[in-house]
Amino acid sequence: MTTSALRDLVLRHPGQGDEQPFLEVIDLQVHFPTDDGLVKSVDGLSFALDRGRTLGIVGESGSGKSVTSLAIMGLHTRPASEQSRPGAQLGGEVYLDGEELLSKTPEYVRGLRGKRMAMIFQDPLSAMNPYYTVGQQIIEAYQIHNQVNKKVARKHAIDMLGRVGIPEPSRRIDAYPHQFSGGMRQRAMIAMSLSCDPDLLIADEPTTALDVTVQAQILDLIRDLQSEFNSSVMLITHDLGVVAEIADDVLVMYAGRAVEYGSADQLFNRPAHPYTWGLLGSVPRFEGSRSERLLAIKGTPPSLINVPSGCPFHPRCEFAARNEGLSEEVRPELAPVEPGHTVACHLSPTEREQIWEHEIAPQL
Amino acid sequence: MRRLLWAVILLIVLSMVTFAIFYLVPRLGGATPETLAARYVGRAATAETVHLTAEKLGLLDPVPVQYWHWLKGIFVGASYDYGSGVEHCPAPCLGYSFITKQPVWPELLDRAPVTISLVVGASLLWLIGGVSIGVISALRRGTIFDRGAMGIALAGVSLPIFFTGLIALAFFSYQLRITAPGGSYVPFSENPARWAYSLLLPWITLAFLFSAQYARLTRAGMLETMSEDYIRTARAKGLPERKVILKHALRGALTPVITIFGLDVGLLLGGAVLTEKTFSLNGLGKYTYDGIVNGDLPKILGVTLIAGFFVIMANLIVDLLYGVIDPRVRLE
Repeated sequence: MTTSALRDLVLRHPGQGDEQPFLEVIDLQVHFPTDDGLVKSVDGLSFALDRGRTLGIVGESGSGKSVTSLAIMGLHTRPASEQSRPGAQLGGEVYLDGEELLSKTPEYVRGLRGKRMAMIFQDPLSAMNPYYTVGQQIIEAYQIHNQVNKKVARKHAIDMLGRVGIPEPSRRIDAYPHQFSGGMRQRAMIAMSLSCDPDLLIADEPTTALDVTVQAQILDLIRDLQSEFNSSVMLITHDLGVVAEIADDVLVMYAGRAVEYGSADQLFNRPAHPYTWGLLGSVPRFEGSRSERLLAIKGTPPSLINVPSGCPFHPRCEFAARNEGLSEEVRPELAPVEPGHTVACHLSPTEREQIWEHEIAPQL
Repeated sequence: MRRLLWAVILLIVLSMVTFAIFYLVPRLGGATPETLAARYVGRAATAETVHLTAEKLGLLDPVPVQYWHWLKGIFVGASYDYGSGVEHCPAPCLGYSFITKQPVWPELLDRAPVTISLVVGASLLWLIGGVSIGVISALRRGTIFDRGAMGIALAGVSLPIFFTGLIALAFFSYQLRITAPGGSYVPFSENPARWAYSLLLPWITLAFLFSAQYARLTRAGMLETMSEDYIRTARAKGLPERKVILKHALRGALTPVITIFGLDVGLLLGGAVLTEKTFSLNGLGKYTYDGIVNGDLPKILGVTLIAGFFVIMANLIVDLLYGVIDPRVRLE
């Protein structure tokens, strides 16, 4: 498929016009050569993200969510740079504000990291260096991209810590990460990643390692800071509740590919892919009796070395048998079901609607 | 403070154990106070003279009493009367060699600078060299540099100093004549340049033996820290790779290195016996060697205590340094 054809599939919002989105990923491929074979962690992924909007990327472990974010950040070791260790093989295009990143030198992309795009990680305890104070790490992040003296940088760091809601920031700045609670650490991590006012913030499971009560606070914080800094946020999670809370658009990934892509409203109210139905069914709810069991998706995520033929989801799909073996043989491409909403599935639109209305929706 | 107290207690226990070993074990082997005393009197002494000497030297006293006399000597000095006159041993009296007729402490003081010079120079060399090689090896894992360095490191740990030392002496000092020959030590206070020149070969040879271990330890530590999440964070900030390695990865990898370094230095300060013997350096190690060869118990006792003191001090310093290196073990 040509780039322009792929680009047409990339989500466009009504009224957006032909302006290029802030972040655009086209046919991204990330493969890892291993002794057992080529692991296709991401295999032909395309999406777009506008300024000031939030994209939620959902999927099971190993569906390629984190690998995608590391590819955008340029954090995969490439085969050329280190002969001794097999790195990632990257393919496709990543545009940040109109600039293609994968073809740039590692040194150039390093200059963008932290400044134009920043990342927060799942476990803030292991993601912060235990040997340096929280302040030292924020100051360092600021000083990489800003030629300021230590005093100015420190003042900025205290300011950032205050803005992410850390009490007594001028005292807490000299604490070590292990002296912070989990929620405070994640706040400090956010302060660090936002210290250079990046346009793109990638949050890789930012709430997974936190208490449920703290989760909501962190999500609120991300949302508030986003509107304050007008940055784009890419939120990676396996928690649909988090997505519902914060995302404008949602991308559902399975086995390194997008299986459904649309606005949060479309995804939650008119989901079109059997895998998305499965994800929705596995969210616990307050209503309903306790004896009601969650609807689990049968089977396990597929091997990324021998990806199932045809639709990679077909071995686990309840409805794969309804289209005369097409799912086992032909890989479905993303196709629009309504404006701004695409799905990669062989079910016919009428059949899909029937199944959703009569078999799935009543159970949710 | 508590650690300091423990260090003192440990030192006292060490002196007791050492004393007991040197004064009790010979008795188990059939030696009597008279046979010990016989070493200190003339060759043609009568049994009566020997017995008298043993009595005067206090060798007939129970061992705890002897220990008490010896311990007291450290603080107030001691006098030894063994027939041919009274010998005084001023405080701190770590013992009195009846063979060289010298108190032990001034001799230790005299020898210590040589050993300290040797150990300080060599330890700096091996610390810097070993850590650098370890870092480069870790970053270029599997390359020719890595395999070569680790091969040489293996040779370094395996070859004894009296082998590498003698070969180095033969080649560099006697064949090429670019380093000083053995036994040409010049004190630092006399001439720093000559001092360094005279110690260069012992430094390098000793450092070669030790840097191997440090290279391996650093390499293993670096491979571990480089896969930590916080390294990814450092990269995500846009930190240049050189800083990621030196500021973030090396810091964590150095903790075990510092531990071993303190212990090694402490151990060697008590006398690098083989190195000093090989290069004819008149340090504590050579002193120990001479004491052993002549069966001079007070010498061996004194030097053992000093060596123990260095090891205990090194441990104490490493303990305190831990808090500086790793904030997580710092006392709240």
